[in-house]
Amino acid sequence: MNNNAIIYITVCAVLCLVSFAFNRKKTLAGLKKGWNMFRNILVPFLNILIIVSVLLYLIPPSVISRYLGPDSGIMGLGIAAVVGSITLIPGFISYPIAAGLIKQGASYTVVATFMTTLMMVGVVTLPLEIKYFGRRVAITRNLLNFVAAIIIGLVVGLVL
Amino acid sequence: MRKYFQRIRTYIWLLVFAVFIAVSYIFQFQPGKTITTNFTNSLIEMITFIPFLFVIVGLFDVWVPKEKIQKHIGKGSGIKGILLVTLLAMLQAGPLYGAFPVAYILYKKGASIRNIFIYLGAFASLKIPMLGIEIGYLGIKFTLVRTLVSLPLFIGIGYLMEWYLKDKNFKINDLSKQETRI
Repeated sequence: MNNNAIIYITVCAVLCLVSFAFNRKKTLAGLKKGWNMFRNILVPFLNILIIVSVLLYLIPPSVISRYLGPDSGIMGLGIAAVVGSITLIPGFISYPIAAGLIKQGASYTVVATFMTTLMMVGVVTLPLEIKYFGRRVAITRNLLNFVAAIIIGLVVGLVL
Repeated sequence: MRKYFQRIRTYIWLLVFAVFIAVSYIFQFQPGKTITTNFTNSLIEMITFIPFLFVIVGLFDVWVPKEKIQKHIGKGSGIKGILLVTLLAMLQAGPLYGAFPVAYILYKKGASIRNIFIYLGAFASLKIPMLGIEIGYLGIKFTLVRTLVSLPLFIGIGYLMEWYLKDKNFKINDLSKQETRI
């Protein structure tokens, strides 16, 4: 068990106790809500863990560090930004992927850029966004966020 | 019968993987065993914090009155308005396209262009449940740095969009009647 787990379990236990002391009914409703959220993501989450485990075996770390590592430069950044923009992966699923990439030698810059474009830029959902905001606004927003994602990646890489 | 198949379809990859593990162990298939170890490690990593995170999020949801914050949204200007939209966004869940209808509501309520785009930025990258998972997988340092770098940029994008759209008749369309079809 890692440190994270210990922190989460401790915080969870303390909050449950405090909440329970204040209001039993509310606490039970909260627990149920949390449990339902967990149940909803469980199967997709397990599926992604399977995919990540297989990919970790198939793709050797040398390949990841060559294309996405600290020395991959503009190419790594470009791959991360473009792949993040065009794929539609739910956020919670992207974290195990990101952690796997770092474990296999990808740089923080690449991972932060990938995560940010994934969250902020949606090529697949662009038609829907255009329906809401109009073509000009939707495209401008996506372009600005694309640039922001690269800046975020670079700064995160610099700091970490 | 059809319902039964749909149920199976949900679990199809888990079933296939379970068979793969069994076969790998029976025939001493080394790659299969390595993949199984990879999977077990990530499963343990996940199961030791994600359920607890969601309990925390569930409690949060019950105790923090989202509606109350929503009521004040749009009215606030300056720093207070920015803080309020950011806070509201952080309490949400779901993918970015789920935020567009909320953006419409903000727009209807008279929120500024700036705050609408700050909301979208914060919604996409600062949601509390997501930050919880991010800390678990990538560490508190990564999460903190990414968040602190992102926030000013998203606020900047809000200002940029406002400046760009000032005289351009900005509006958000209501798609709620068509939503069922999407």
